[in-house]
Amino acid sequence: MTHSVENAMAMMTRTTRWSHWETLFWLASLALLPLFPNKALLFSQIAIMGLFALSLDLILGYAGIVSLGHAAFFGVGAYVAGLMAKHGWGDPTLGLLAAASGAALIGFVTSFLLLRGSDLTRLMVTLGIALMLFEAANRFASITGGADGLQGMMVKPVLGLFSFDLFGKTAYLYSLTILFLLLILARRIVYSPFGLSLRAVKANSLRAGAIGISSATRLVAIYTISAAYAGVAGALSAQTTQLVSLDVLDFHRSADVMLVLVIGGVGWLYGGIIGAIIFSLMQDWLAGITPQYWEFWIGLVLVVLVLVGHGRLQSYARMLIHAITHKGRVAHPDQRGTS
Amino acid sequence: MVTILFDGIAYGMLLFVLACGLTVTMGLMNFINLSHGAFALAGGYVTAALTQKAGLPFLLCLPLAFLFSAVLGMLAEKLLYRRLYQRSHLDQVLFTIGIVFMTVAAVDYLIGSQQQSIHLPAWLRVRLDLLGGSIGVYRLFIIVLCGILALAIQWLLSHTRFGSQLRASVDDPRVARGLGIPVNQVFAVTFALGCGLAGLGGALGADLLGMDPTFPIKFMIYFLIVVTVGGTSGIMGTFFAALLLGIADVAGKYYVPQIGAFVIYALMVAVLILRPQGLFTRGGSR
Amino acid sequence: MKSVRSLSRRLFGSLALSTTLGLTTALGLIGASAAQDTIKIGLIVPMTGPSASTGRQQEAAAKLFIQQNGTTVAGKKIELIVKDDTGAPDTTKRLAQELIVNDKASVLLGFGLTPLALAVAPLSTQAKVPQIVTAAATAMITEQSPFIFRTSFTLPQASVPMAEWGLKNGIKKVVTLVSDYGPGLDAEKWFSDTITKGGGTVVENLRVPLRNPDFAPFLQRVKDASPDAVFVFVPSGFGATFMKQFSERGLDKSGIKLIATGDVTDDDLLQEIGDVSLGVVNTHHYSASHNSPENKAFVEAFKKANNGMRPNFMAVGAYDGMALVYKALEKTKGNADGETLVAAMKGMSWTSVRGPVSIDPETRDIIQNIYVRKVEKVNGELYNQEFATIEAVKDPFKAAKK
Repeated sequence: MTHSVENAMAMMTRTTRWSHWETLFWLASLALLPLFPNKALLFSQIAIMGLFALSLDLILGYAGIVSLGHAAFFGVGAYVAGLMAKHGWGDPTLGLLAAASGAALIGFVTSFLLLRGSDLTRLMVTLGIALMLFEAANRFASITGGADGLQGMMVKPVLGLFSFDLFGKTAYLYSLTILFLLLILARRIVYSPFGLSLRAVKANSLRAGAIGISSATRLVAIYTISAAYAGVAGALSAQTTQLVSLDVLDFHRSADVMLVLVIGGVGWLYGGIIGAIIFSLMQDWLAGITPQYWEFWIGLVLVVLVLVGHGRLQSYARMLIHAITHKGRVAHPDQRGTS
Repeated sequence: MVTILFDGIAYGMLLFVLACGLTVTMGLMNFINLSHGAFALAGGYVTAALTQKAGLPFLLCLPLAFLFSAVLGMLAEKLLYRRLYQRSHLDQVLFTIGIVFMTVAAVDYLIGSQQQSIHLPAWLRVRLDLLGGSIGVYRLFIIVLCGILALAIQWLLSHTRFGSQLRASVDDPRVARGLGIPVNQVFAVTFALGCGLAGLGGALGADLLGMDPTFPIKFMIYFLIVVTVGGTSGIMGTFFAALLLGIADVAGKYYVPQIGAFVIYALMVAVLILRPQGLFTRGGSR
Repeated sequence: MKSVRSLSRRLFGSLALSTTLGLTTALGLIGASAAQDTIKIGLIVPMTGPSASTGRQQEAAAKLFIQQNGTTVAGKKIELIVKDDTGAPDTTKRLAQELIVNDKASVLLGFGLTPLALAVAPLSTQAKVPQIVTAAATAMITEQSPFIFRTSFTLPQASVPMAEWGLKNGIKKVVTLVSDYGPGLDAEKWFSDTITKGGGTVVENLRVPLRNPDFAPFLQRVKDASPDAVFVFVPSGFGATFMKQFSERGLDKSGIKLIATGDVTDDDLLQEIGDVSLGVVNTHHYSASHNSPENKAFVEAFKKANNGMRPNFMAVGAYDGMALVYKALEKTKGNADGETLVAAMKGMSWTSVRGPVSIDPETRDIIQNIYVRKVEKVNGELYNQEFATIEAVKDPFKAAKK
C-alpha cells in the first residue's frame, strides 16, 4: 500500500521534472538540421509520424483503447487544413486550430461507439469508421478532389514570417516545434489527476467506478483529445507537403502508426517518436537499397523483434549504455515508476 | 433478384471458408492472426501451379491445396506461432503483420507480381436457368461445397471427441492438461485445419476474387469484418455473418451502386454497436 | 521492476537516437558523392503495394533503354536512380524533393498514378525540373505545370476512338463500367460524350469502387440493361478478374459486346486472363504484337532481360520517357538546364516501338497513333492484334478547350 502511494507521489513529481536525456533528445533533434540539411524533408515526415503515433499512444497506452482506424482523424485534419488553404485561409496556425477542432469533433461523436465491447470490437469499429470516411472522401470528389487529391492549396508563411522552402527546413522546424509543444501538453495531461484516473480506468474500470471515477466520460475525453492530436498531425502533413489525397485516410496509415507505436513502446509518450524514427529510417534505408523488396526486411525485423522480445532488446540496450556511460546516472531516484 | 441473392450467397460462402479458420484461432485460441490470408495465398498459388503447369484436374487440386496449406500451417504453428499464444495481442499483431510483409515480398520475388489464374473445367463454366434467375454453375459448386464444409466443421466441433477436447482446451487449458488432453497437439491440429480451410478458400476464390501477392493484405480487412460481426463464439456465427455480409454487399452494389462501397462497413459498425460481441456470443464471460 | 522498465525505455530511446545518427550519416554520405559531368535521372514509381506491377515494368524498361543506348549522351554520363513511392503521394513528393535537392537530378520520370504525378507538379515548376509522366493517364495532369511532359497516354485519347469505332460498327446503346477514380471518370465522360454526339445512347454509367473484390452486382446490372455493348475501363491488374467474371456471368454469350481501353487486356496479364478474352475489341496506343522491326527487337530484348516477362504499355511509357530525355540531351549538347531541356523536348518526334510519336509543343502531351485491336491467338499465345489505326491522335481533352 505505502509502496503504491510512494509510486504515485513519484509519478506526480515527475510532471515538473524534465530529465537530462530529454533535453539531449530535443537538442539533438534541432542539431539534425545543420548536420544533415539535405534530409530535412525526411525528418519532417518523421516528426509528423511521431506526433501521429503520440496521439495513438494517448488512447492505447493510457486508456487501453486499441484502434485500427486512427487515420480517420489524421485524414480529417489534413482535409480541413487543406480545404482552408485552398479557399484562402492559408495561415498555418489557423489551419492547425481548425484541423484540431474538426478532428476533435469527429472523435467526440464517434467515441460513444467505443464505450462497449472488447478490444476486437473496438478495433473493428474504428476500422469501419475510417473506411467509411475514406469512401466518403472518394464519393464527394467535388469537395475533396476525390482520388486525384486536393488541388490548389496555398499555404502562407508560418506566423507570417517563415515561408516553406524547397529543402524542407521550415517544414522540419515547424513540425518539430508543434511536436515539442504538444508533447509537453501531453505530459501535463497524462500526469494530471485526469491522466491518473485514466490509468485507473484502464487497469480496472469496475473498481475505478467503485471509487467514483466514471470511465465513460474519461474515455470520451481522452479519445477526443487524441483525435485532436491526430488532426494536428494530419494538418501538419497537409501544410508541409502542400497536398492532400485519399491516401491520408487509407487503412495502411492506421496500420503503420500502430506498428510505429508498438516498435517504439506503448505508454510512455516518447514511444511513438522513437518508433517513427526507427521505422521511417529503416524504411528509407531499405527502400534505397532494394526498392522492390524492402517490405520483406521490414517484416523480418518485426518478426525478430517479437521473437526476441522487445523487453530483452531493451535490456541489451540498457546493458550497452550501462557499459558506455557512467553507472551513477542510471538509478536516479526521481526516475522511478512510470507505466 | 434470384441471381443477386444467389451471387451474394456464393460470395458469402467463400468468405466463410476463408475466414472460419480465423474464427477458430482468434475466437477459440485467443490468438490474433493477421497472417491468415497468407495461407489462402498459398492455397491459391498451389492450385494455379498445379492446374497450369502440371495440368492436374481442378477438383483434384482442391484437396491438395487444403493439404498444402494445412501442412504449412502446422509447420508455422510448431516453429513460430506457438510461442505467441501467451503473448500480448499487440505482439501478436506485430508478429503476424511481419509475416504478411515477408510473404508478400517473398512471393513477389520468387514468382512475380502478376495475377495467377486457375483454369476451371468447362462444366463449371456453364450457366443454368433456375427459379427464374440465371446462375453460374461454379458459384453453385462453391455454395454446395462450402455448405457441406460448414456442416462438417460444426459436426466436428460439437459431436466428436476431438471437438470436445478442443472446447475443453480452450475453456481452461490447465485443467484440460490435467485431464490428460494433449492441449498442444489439439491446438496444432486446429490451427492446421484452419489454415487448410483458408488454402481451400484461396483455391476456390482465386477465379472470382483474383490472386496476386498482395492478397493477404487486400483481404485481411474482410476476414476481420466477418469474424467480428459473427462473434468469436463459434463457427455458426461466422457462417451467418459471412452470408449476411456477402448478400448485403452484392445487393447493396446492385441496388444502390452510388453508396455500394459503404454498405459492408456500415453494416459492420451497426452490428457492433447493437451487439458489441458480434451476432452470436458464447454464454458466460470472456 | 517498474522503474527498471521505465529506465530501459529511456535508454532504449537514446540508443535508438544514436543508431539514427549513424544511419543518417551513412545516408548523408551517399548523397554527397555526385560528380559534375553526370546527369541524374530520377525514376519514381510504385514498386510495392497494389500498383507494384507498374513500377516493375517501368524500371525494367528504363534499364533496358540505358543498356541498349549506352550510359553516355553528348559527353555526359547518365545515372538512373530508382525510388519506390509505394503509391503514397506525400512520399512521392518527398522523394522528388530529395532527388532534386540532394541528388541534383535533372529530370524526373515515372509517376504511376494521377495523384502521384500531381503531387510533384508544383515542385517541378518551382525547381524548373522537367517531369516526364510515363504512366498516369488522367488528361489534365500536363496542365498543372509547364515542366510536365507525358510519354504514356491519356484516357480520352484511348476512349474517344473506341466510341467512334463503336458508332461505325452498329453499337447504339451502351453501358459504361469504370473504376471509380480520376482516369475512370475521364474514360467514362469522353466515351459517353462521343457516343451521345454520334447519335447513340448511354443507358447507364456504372462506377466500381477501386477496392472491389467481386464484380458480380455490377455485371448483373449490365446484363439487365441489355445494351449493344459495355465499355470498360479498369486499371491493369483488375482486368483478369473482370474478364473472368464477365464470361462466367454469360455476358459474352448474351450478345453484349465488350469494348474497352487496352488497360483491361494488358499485355502483361493477357496470358493469365486466358481464352475468355478472345475477340475483345479495344483501343490503345501499344501492343506487344505491334508489327514493326523496332518493336520486335524491343520485345525480344525485354523478354530476355526480364525472365520472359512481356512488356506492356507501362514499359513502353518509361522506354519512351528515357528516349525523350536522351534525344533532348543530344539536341542541347548535354546541357541539362531545366528550361533548355523543356524547349528541346517540345515538338520532339521519333519512331517509338509503338509507332510514330511526337510531343505536342503546346500541351507537352504525347501525340500518337491509337490502334483498334482484337484479342487473338498467335502461335498459341494471346495478343492484342491491331486491325485499324487512327493516326496522330492528340489528347481530345485539351483539343476541346481551344
